[in-house]
Amino acid sequence: MKKELIGVYIIWLRDIKRYFRDKPRIIGSFAQPVLFLFVLGTGIASSLGFKGGGGGDYLNFMFPGIVGMTVLFTSFFSAMSIVWDREFGFLREVLVAPISRTSIVAGKILGGSTIAMIQGAIILLFAPLLKIPITFTVFFKVTGIMFLVAMTITTLGIVLASKMKSMQAFQVITNFLLMPMFFLSGALFPLNNTVKWMNVISKANPLSYGIDAMRTIILDNPALQLYPIWLDIVVLVSVTVVMSVLGAFLFNRQE
Amino acid sequence: MNDINTNNIIEVKNLVKKFKELRAVDGITFSVKENEIFGFLGPNGAGKTTTINIICTLLSKTSGEVTLCGHNVARERNKVRNFIGMVFQEPSLDDRLTALENLYFHGLLYNVPRGTLKERSEEVLEMVNLTSRKNSLVMTYSGGMRRRLEIARGLLHYPKILFLDEPTLGLDPQTRNKIWDYIIKLKKSKSITIFLTSHYMEETEICDRIAVIDKGKIIALDSPDNLKNTVGGDIITILSEENIKLKKYIKEITGSDAHDAKEGKIRFEVKDSSSFIPKLIKNSPVKILSISARKPTLNDVFLDLTGREIRDENASVKDNLGMRMRGRMRH
Repeated sequence: MKKELIGVYIIWLRDIKRYFRDKPRIIGSFAQPVLFLFVLGTGIASSLGFKGGGGGDYLNFMFPGIVGMTVLFTSFFSAMSIVWDREFGFLREVLVAPISRTSIVAGKILGGSTIAMIQGAIILLFAPLLKIPITFTVFFKVTGIMFLVAMTITTLGIVLASKMKSMQAFQVITNFLLMPMFFLSGALFPLNNTVKWMNVISKANPLSYGIDAMRTIILDNPALQLYPIWLDIVVLVSVTVVMSVLGAFLFNRQE
Repeated sequence: MNDINTNNIIEVKNLVKKFKELRAVDGITFSVKENEIFGFLGPNGAGKTTTINIICTLLSKTSGEVTLCGHNVARERNKVRNFIGMVFQEPSLDDRLTALENLYFHGLLYNVPRGTLKERSEEVLEMVNLTSRKNSLVMTYSGGMRRRLEIARGLLHYPKILFLDEPTLGLDPQTRNKIWDYIIKLKKSKSITIFLTSHYMEETEICDRIAVIDKGKIIALDSPDNLKNTVGGDIITILSEENIKLKKYIKEITGSDAHDAKEGKIRFEVKDSSSFIPKLIKNSPVKILSISARKPTLNDVFLDLTGREIRDENASVKDNLGMRMRGRMRH
């Protein structure tokens, strides 16, 4: 058991070390959220006179969504890195080590989630620029939700990665799964007054619940809240548990 | 750990691995003795890597029986993994970590006690002459240095068997020689079994025994010297004005068939070339333009057994296709 925990720790530590050494990646990862927030957001808000749901500024409405976007993309790409790591990298070496596949999956989930949480937390620090007050309590609560969302997305990514043999399918998954998940999560526009089909699909999207929870905590505006926080958390935890078990199972199957 | 009545560290019986229709490994049986250097020699796509991957628990078999140190590789995966060190064909270092960090992670994964880990890391780095670069990121290493570090890492947990899958693939000849020097040095300083694959035949000469593998089957298994002795003497290559006539003459005086070789030459084998050549030149019915004689190599063994060169550029299209399919499915 101790040995397996060391295995989880090693795989987690490796992801963290790699992350902090990759300075261009850290800097580059701000580009997209900043672009969305200050260019797309400002443009939409000023040209459409958009007021998010129950009032308030559009940029404020969008801000939790952009934090969610950062978490979504970071954790998903971390999970996907398993695919090329397995073919060309370090993971081959780990696969032949005397630790179980389950520990490898656990380490990968925790590593990807930690990095996504850190990235999300950095974006959270932009809040004062939008005049959104963030207290320490709010910061830690949101960070907790971010970690949970990151776990959900990483496990989902690992399930997909276990079925992938090459990076060729990567673009397809990004376009047909990741982008729709983002658009239909309530990150950019409120879900309660869209067309019916969008509303239905967004209910099946785990990210909707994550964004909802983050928005509720950050903006504290009941008019924008879709579900009670407890429901958000239950959905995220359930999806994470199911995907983790499935991921571990798929990874354990030997070719 | 081993069976009492044998010193075989690996036993493979009737191993088959199918990828859909393709029989990548087609019923092979062999064993590896403790403390020997055992080599797999064969062209790309012959099934070498597939077999190694099955032995080291990365791939499941279709049928057959494989044991390592007395443990079944399919049922006791984790036990087996403790005994083996692995150097893959593809690079498997983390290039954003330093050499020491790569070793540290490996050591913890393999349960090397923290107290001895540092000491052992220094020891294996010293062995492959990387001590001065131990704190550099692997991304700054050359191909040869990476390979050496991988060998060092494979040894860190004191495995009983070290697998080296094409350890010199993609390296320049000088670096290749150095890698083999390290391997020979390692063999002298430690009691360890080494299982290697290569498609460079001259490199497998250092093996105690070699299995020649082609199209998923073992077609010969012996020491390099014995394998070369099966060729039947020295190899003579001749360029003449009239090959057909010369072939007939050679058949008459030596009893062996001459074959067409590259560049319009013919080649055949004789027991003692130094007395044969002067006789031939004197009595040959056709004019001989050039003649050369050499001791047989493992490539000649392969040629004798399969009728093809081990790295034959003119392999049939079908062969090539099979190779590529195997290559892709190798994982």
